[in-house]
Amino acid sequence: MNDAQVKNSEVNLKEVSEPVSTRIRHGKLVSKVITLAHGGGGKAMRDLIDEVFIEAFDNASLNTLEDQARFELSDLATYGNRLAMTTDSYVIDPIFFPGGDIGKLSICGTVNDLAVGGATPLYLTCAVIIEEGMQVDTLKKIVASMAETAKKAGVQIVTGDTKVVERGSCDKIFINTAGVGVINESYQLGAQLAQAGDAILVNGFLGDHGAAILDARGDMNLQSAIESDCAPLQGLIKAVLDAAPGTRFIRDATRGGIASVLNEIAQSSKVAIEIDEGKTPLRTEVKGFCEILGLDPLYLANEGKIVVVVPDEEKQAALEAMRAHEFGADAAEIGQVLKGGVAGRVHMQTGFGGKRIVDMLVGEQLPRIC
Amino acid sequence: MKYVDEFRDPEKAKILVSEINAIAEKMSVGRTRPIRIMEVCGGHTHSIFRYGIENILPETIELIHGPGCPVCVLPMGRVDDCVSVAERPEVIFTTFGDAMRVPGSKKSLLTAKADGADVRMVYSPMDALSLARKNPDREVVFFGLGFETTMPSTALTVLQAEAEGITNFSLFCNHITIIPTVKAVLDSPDMQLDGFLGPGHVSMVIGNAPYEFIATHYDKPVVVAGFEPLDILQSLWMVLKQLDEGVAKIENQYNRIVPEDGNDVALEAIGKVFRLREFFEWRGLGSIDHSGVQLTDEYAAYDAEIKFDVKSVTVADPKSCQCGEVLKGVIKPWDCKVFGKACTPETPLGALMVSSEGACAAYYQYGDKKNINVDVEIVEEAIA
Repeated sequence: MNDAQVKNSEVNLKEVSEPVSTRIRHGKLVSKVITLAHGGGGKAMRDLIDEVFIEAFDNASLNTLEDQARFELSDLATYGNRLAMTTDSYVIDPIFFPGGDIGKLSICGTVNDLAVGGATPLYLTCAVIIEEGMQVDTLKKIVASMAETAKKAGVQIVTGDTKVVERGSCDKIFINTAGVGVINESYQLGAQLAQAGDAILVNGFLGDHGAAILDARGDMNLQSAIESDCAPLQGLIKAVLDAAPGTRFIRDATRGGIASVLNEIAQSSKVAIEIDEGKTPLRTEVKGFCEILGLDPLYLANEGKIVVVVPDEEKQAALEAMRAHEFGADAAEIGQVLKGGVAGRVHMQTGFGGKRIVDMLVGEQLPRIC
Repeated sequence: MKYVDEFRDPEKAKILVSEINAIAEKMSVGRTRPIRIMEVCGGHTHSIFRYGIENILPETIELIHGPGCPVCVLPMGRVDDCVSVAERPEVIFTTFGDAMRVPGSKKSLLTAKADGADVRMVYSPMDALSLARKNPDREVVFFGLGFETTMPSTALTVLQAEAEGITNFSLFCNHITIIPTVKAVLDSPDMQLDGFLGPGHVSMVIGNAPYEFIATHYDKPVVVAGFEPLDILQSLWMVLKQLDEGVAKIENQYNRIVPEDGNDVALEAIGKVFRLREFFEWRGLGSIDHSGVQLTDEYAAYDAEIKFDVKSVTVADPKSCQCGEVLKGVIKPWDCKVFGKACTPETPLGALMVSSEGACAAYYQYGDKKNINVDVEIVEEAIA
């Protein structure tokens, strides 16, 4: 154990690469099922936190069981000059789906929200609201998935909260994670910075998550299992920013799909954007799924896809950086910011040779009758 | 995608468009108004917008988006009725997804759901029947909606419920028929149509013979069309060719799907459980004789209107809405007084703004021909 780890309970991410436990107690859960007692603040709750959360997340800050995580400002400053902070709540049905689960999602979503701003994601919080009656083993599976994803994303879960609510008051489990990261001095990214001639890139197939979730709900009984693209993208984003330092803007295309992100860029930057249907990467399964249900894949959610706006001269470098990364093998240039056109508008050249406007989604996409 | 991409080939489209251009140019000599062709079916409207088809046609051809979106033509009173059924505590109300947003006079099914009604989205009436099997202590009601396309699956579900002796399943029937509706459009005094794209999937069930009167009595060509972009272009070309040659007949472009005489099994199921209503109310078009169906007396036990003593309220369309004139092709969506102002996809007043198959929602979302052309000019100017 080196000095830095022994010295205090504060987190030093760089040096805690080899986890050495600093746990102060080990609770033992008796029950196999979560009950209201596990949210009651007494021994049952302490045992739950110890056996499930501390056991999985095991890090110096969390292990002290203080009411807050504490950071050395000087450590943070080594990453850059600006703090980035974000929060997101995760509610999903079903909680386990092909390609991921609510635990993995709750880490990836918050890590990606930090990373798209150019931040190195460092610390996450974890607040869970559990419906009574959940099996402890199910909870452990979700928490293990969070721990594994956090490790892959290079972040630590440093503080948390647990609540248990009566049956029917929530759907199995809701998770909130907040995250803190630090942005390097050299990155200046913003939705208002897109300029005429810039290229619009994505890091791979679109709509996988949205289709996977709809499919996993089982109403359609389809044969092919479409997998969610849920992934932590901090590594891919760093590679893009290193390769294309002039990058204007990055956003993860979650709910509302890439159509919503493109509209946000067009509106914030007061530019017109054109995308090409033929260049938009879509899996055959997702295309077919959308054909059957009458859905538009441009509006389907992604959990591991980003839209990147780069100056034309850096697009090749950005594409190569993405394609070299495990989450960007199918990266593609899907369109560009037009010189002229109607500001704030996105349109698509259809593969068929026509042209149509891609607007913001109104409400929810509902399957068509026939 | 195999069997789909072949019907979206841009090279073949170019050939068709140049053929269309040639006929249109020849025909426009001496004409004072554009050639107006109505696609009856909402599925066609959806494809036309999705692939930007209007945008590649010559100015002299105008597509009129007809009354064939069953969600769009549902009147407010019927929505109020279905909300009243859905709000009964014993009821699980099942519906196709896009019907949930249709506004009633007070609320839509989506709002009723938020207010506590048990409204569930299903993909088929059989899903509703299996809900009834799983919930014997609840009343499961299926919101039957659509033209002859969806009628057979509803009919077969009722027959299946009967065969299994399931009594907690019923149908709130809003199925409508296409022929009286097309006739109503043709009889309207302000009608200015030159020809029709016939509804492919309806025809798969009813065949081509029922359209004969359009050619013989009204002297208008009909081409039953498929839903892929090349289907639509080829069908338009076939209509133009008839117009150019001065003939009016029923042709079947969608012959890979549509049998000349329809589908006997489907028609038999429909005939067994449904009978024509004396009249049915349409949003924007008013009451049309024999344009809707209801369950026959033999299957009355499955009729939600009888089971729950539905009041059948009539609610007038909002005065400011001009859905009817848009449906008949008298005005374009953007000519309507409330289009894009009081009536948007977020707050639809008229039903044409509700479904993505509705002409107004499609124009609102995908933009109209004029605006898209403006785009192109500006872009070209800027590049020059």
